[in-house]
Amino acid sequence: MLIERKWKKWVTFYLPMAVFIVFTLFPFYWMAVTALRPDHELYRTWRQASATPFWTLEPTLEHFKELLQTTAFPKWLWNTMLIAMVSTLISLICGMFAGYALARLKFRGSEFLGTAIFVTYLVPQTLLFIPLADIIRDLHLGNTPWALMLTYPTFLIPFCTWLLMGYFKTIPKELEECARIDGATRFGAMVRIIFPVAIPGILSAGIFAFTLSWNEFIYALIFMSSAELKTVPVGVVSELIRGDIFFWGQLMAGALLGSIPVALVYSFFVEYYVTGLTGSVKG
Amino acid sequence: MGAGGAAGAALPGERVRVSRLTRMLESEKLLAAALLVPGVAILLIFIAYPFVMALWYSLTSIRVGDPGHFVGLANFAKAWSDTIFQTAFKNTVFYTFWATIFKFALGMWLALLLNRSFRFKRIIRASMLLPFIIPTVLSAFAWRWMFDPTFSVLNWLLFHSGLITDRLPFLSDGDWAMWCAVLVNTWRGMPFFAITLLAGLQTISPDLHEAAALDGANAWHRFWHVTWPLLLPVTLVVVVFSVIQTFSDFQLIYVLTGGGPANSTHLIATYAYQVGVASGLLGEGAALSLFMFPVLFAVVWIQLRYMKRMDGA
Repeated sequence: MLIERKWKKWVTFYLPMAVFIVFTLFPFYWMAVTALRPDHELYRTWRQASATPFWTLEPTLEHFKELLQTTAFPKWLWNTMLIAMVSTLISLICGMFAGYALARLKFRGSEFLGTAIFVTYLVPQTLLFIPLADIIRDLHLGNTPWALMLTYPTFLIPFCTWLLMGYFKTIPKELEECARIDGATRFGAMVRIIFPVAIPGILSAGIFAFTLSWNEFIYALIFMSSAELKTVPVGVVSELIRGDIFFWGQLMAGALLGSIPVALVYSFFVEYYVTGLTGSVKG
Repeated sequence: MGAGGAAGAALPGERVRVSRLTRMLESEKLLAAALLVPGVAILLIFIAYPFVMALWYSLTSIRVGDPGHFVGLANFAKAWSDTIFQTAFKNTVFYTFWATIFKFALGMWLALLLNRSFRFKRIIRASMLLPFIIPTVLSAFAWRWMFDPTFSVLNWLLFHSGLITDRLPFLSDGDWAMWCAVLVNTWRGMPFFAITLLAGLQTISPDLHEAAALDGANAWHRFWHVTWPLLLPVTLVVVVFSVIQTFSDFQLIYVLTGGGPANSTHLIATYAYQVGVASGLLGEGAALSLFMFPVLFAVVWIQLRYMKRMDGA
């Protein structure tokens, strides 16, 4: 039954798969071509015939050079990296502790707390940004990286807690009990026995959290005002459009360079990322 | 000798202190409290407190530099009769509804394709997730450039293949722009559906399909009677997440259209930003964001009910 005729496989498999691949990847290809195209080729209207519409015969790094020289792009890249790493680290530590407590310790209200954390997981950033901007200002965190390092965990901690709680539950209790019989404290058993065993889960949560922070936009847009403190998405939006003029070559160069770090991290840890992604929706 | 004695005398005290802390952490309740404090504190300060503040703001006439006064439900009433908000609300429902349907349908199709064995499977699967990994703002710019009124590659393609004689008004017409936003959102969110559904598919034993095939079920029947019922739980959760993300979306519209042309493509979130941040009317902006709350609450409530039922089963 699983043997198909050749033409049938073309229609039901190869063709749709090819359409999916083109649909998914074309925007990235277009990003790259635009970034490498010289301006005189770029601004050719849609009616004009073009000898090489889908590639360019005169590739140039002009846009990359302008981007790196005239804007604070390297600084934005660094800010985004630092903020993503610190907020991921904070969320992982909080998530490991809270996840362990919810998975392993018996205490009153643990079920309620688990549900409450799950609910905060579903609170979108766009619901709270107006009062949050005032809170950040009152705490004197406005326009400092800490504004983002402390607010990104609000959407990362619930996710990390939820994912790690599930992971800790799969670790046999006997492992801890053995350590406790050997004289380890509860805290010691958690740190020295359970956390090392849970490293794959921790890595999944960390990779997923890192990509989420790299993607965050509205908090970064509102809390950061100095050009040199911005993250990549906000910097690209606010500094590469001057008035009504879009600098498309530089914009696409920025989009490409800003995507590379997160794409690299992803490509090294695809399997962990996928575990994190699918784990994030396991109710 | 004397120094040694002093050190020896200090030791017992040290030991008592350490063991008291250790003993406290041996109590499940106290250890749990200690472990939960950091995470819960961050969530209380940056989610619970702002939520209460948002409720208060929405009932006052606060604006930047002016604390304002209590106005009751005036902000909500004003939003309700504001034609831009009415459009934004309709747009948000439209956008969420269609994007979710397309993401689900295409994601399911892609998951079924990826579940087969073929060459380069790992790399193809990995690259399919790229739209979901790459920051939305950056990829939305690539789409905006592809939809550009003067330099659109899509118009170029359609024109030179003879399908159109005049350019399509991708982002310069409100209705077209909403469909473009649905398209881009579908492009971005489809991999999330595909990969999570694929994970669900992989837990289904091939034996079930073999058995159904032996009983004479065709591909459609096998999908409908075997695969689909087993995928239902994961589908529900994925749809809940996607609805929440899409309903509260901000960045995609902010980059693609900025709410234009003529405020025709605002979502609730982008309009709340325009009123609350760009115009500084904090009270009105907070009220506008809170219009999202009932819908989000309903979705979360359904999800929690469902989880409880699954736990009971």
